[in-house]
Amino acid sequence: MEKIRTGINRLTEGFSYLETNVYKYRIILYAGGLSLSMLLPVFGFSQYMTRIFIMIGIYTMLALGLNILTGYTGLVSLGHGGFFAIGAYTTAILMLRFQMNFLIAVMIAMVFTGICGLLLGLPTLRLTGTYLSIVTLGFGEIVRMVIMNFDTVTNGTLGIRNIPRPSFFGFELTLANHGLFYLMLVLLILVTYVCIGIQNSNMGRTLRAIKADELAAVMMGIRSSRYKVGAFVVSAVLTGLAGGYYASLVSYIDHNSFTFDVSIMILSIVILGGMGTIRGMFLGAAILVAFPEVARPLMEWRFVVYGLVLILMMRFKPQGLLGWRSRLPYKIPVLKRSQTYREEKEANRRGR
Amino acid sequence: MILQQIFNGLSLGMAYALIAVGYSLVFGILRLVNFSHGAVYAFGAHAVIFFIGYHFGLIPAILLGVLLTGALGVLIDRVALYPLRKKKSPGISSLITTIGISYIIQNLLMMGFGSEKKPFPKLFDNRIVHILGARISTMQIIMFVTSVILLAILTFLIKGTKIGLAMRAVEQNEKNAGLMGINTNFIIAFTFFLGGISAAIASVLISGYYEILYPTMGFMVGLKAFAAAVLGGIGVLHGAIVGGLVIGVSEGLAATWFGSQYRDSVAFIILIIVLIVRPAGLFGRKGIEKV
Repeated sequence: MEKIRTGINRLTEGFSYLETNVYKYRIILYAGGLSLSMLLPVFGFSQYMTRIFIMIGIYTMLALGLNILTGYTGLVSLGHGGFFAIGAYTTAILMLRFQMNFLIAVMIAMVFTGICGLLLGLPTLRLTGTYLSIVTLGFGEIVRMVIMNFDTVTNGTLGIRNIPRPSFFGFELTLANHGLFYLMLVLLILVTYVCIGIQNSNMGRTLRAIKADELAAVMMGIRSSRYKVGAFVVSAVLTGLAGGYYASLVSYIDHNSFTFDVSIMILSIVILGGMGTIRGMFLGAAILVAFPEVARPLMEWRFVVYGLVLILMMRFKPQGLLGWRSRLPYKIPVLKRSQTYREEKEANRRGR
Repeated sequence: MILQQIFNGLSLGMAYALIAVGYSLVFGILRLVNFSHGAVYAFGAHAVIFFIGYHFGLIPAILLGVLLTGALGVLIDRVALYPLRKKKSPGISSLITTIGISYIIQNLLMMGFGSEKKPFPKLFDNRIVHILGARISTMQIIMFVTSVILLAILTFLIKGTKIGLAMRAVEQNEKNAGLMGINTNFIIAFTFFLGGISAAIASVLISGYYEILYPTMGFMVGLKAFAAAVLGGIGVLHGAIVGGLVIGVSEGLAATWFGSQYRDSVAFIILIIVLIVRPAGLFGRKGIEKV
């Protein structure tokens, strides 16, 4: 037991050390990482490998979505499979029935998932902790039941097949021409950008304040319920985006693609990577998605491993693998309407 | 027809109440929704069928299986939850841990027994009794009677014995109970044992009623029982019984009125309505802190 703890701690310290030293070269690193991932398909990976990378990307997006709710706000959702399903089904139906372009379909799907997130978020204002988790779990199951029984729209248990691939100006993106991979990359960068934006914004700070101590946050004049619903909506929208992309990637979806297992897997990624971090989502998704592919003989053990991940992380490293407190100096944000900001601006102008 | 469904619902609801008691007991003491309870329930039926395979005879097999499930409950507490308590981790850690446990148990069952649905042996020679024009099988009657007896024993255990007194003391204030010389860790382990036993008996009854078992059977039933516990007021023993009956009957009625595919969604809808309208449940004390 002690060995596990020290092992995990040493790993985290290593990463943390790396962060401190590498910070200076971050632009080079980001550019390098980006170009490396851009070049991935050119290295001549098979479609199988490309597919795994795409799945890692999708689960990173899902985890980033859940992270806003679980990582920043501290609300554990067990029903993100439901949002994932809503996004996927909406996109699929819009593309098939109304011959919409992928982008438009996904955008409508995101709006629709956001509305569902709002609807789920509103009644859960009265609930916290475990109760909230159970309601979200119920939500996930209800979505599945609606999909199974609402035959006229969702085609019931037969699922929806032949979902078209996304195409732009008559150019169809497939696995073979790596179009789907690049689309994933674009969406992932977009989602990451949004998440970084939220993290550094007023909203992100508020959400973290709510997680740390909701009572204190309310005493400081924060309308916590408003922000909690907001977190639900943003989280649902991001998950819906991943769902829409997933539908057009696999081109066949049914109610079994969105079980409780999916929700648990997303949660495992968030917890393994480190709640409330963005870097953690990438590492968590890469480990947990690639694990069953790398360890083929352990394929049937993978769900046991997900369970073990949850238990061991909770016991030895609740903040996750990459969840250290940053040693970099914290830049205190200056509010645009604050006195200091105005004074500084004034001083700058005068100085010039 | 409606009478028939009500009778079906009553017998099934009593079994739900048995499982719901497990949630209630643990919640009362630890303020934790034991997510692994559904998996423990599934484990019970599988343990029994495992021992039946060794030809011990039916009754010893059931006894062994039930005791083993109780031991599993204690094991869960000692291995996973006790270290968290010692570390004083926030409640959400325990919740996620129990989710992980349920996942591990369920998937180990899948690997050990296969994920397909398997027949569960008939416990009794099934006869049909006609009451007021409704057909009731002996299995349903036995299910109802066994559950009532067990719930009565549990109530006596908690209200009338020394260990029950200790359990209630720990429920009210764990620290003070410890200062009064109560071995709180033993009491918590004992609570898990009781929860495991009642879940295992319920799983034998329900599997015997449907004559089927499979590793994921605990997921749905666990949620229904949780809905029952919340409806009655979680932490309240008689509330769990009323909640179980309501869930069982409304499930049967929904199946007749709206079609059998809506059978499973009723519990969720009841759960969500209760949580929004009256989170403390029917018999719950108001102002109980939601962790």
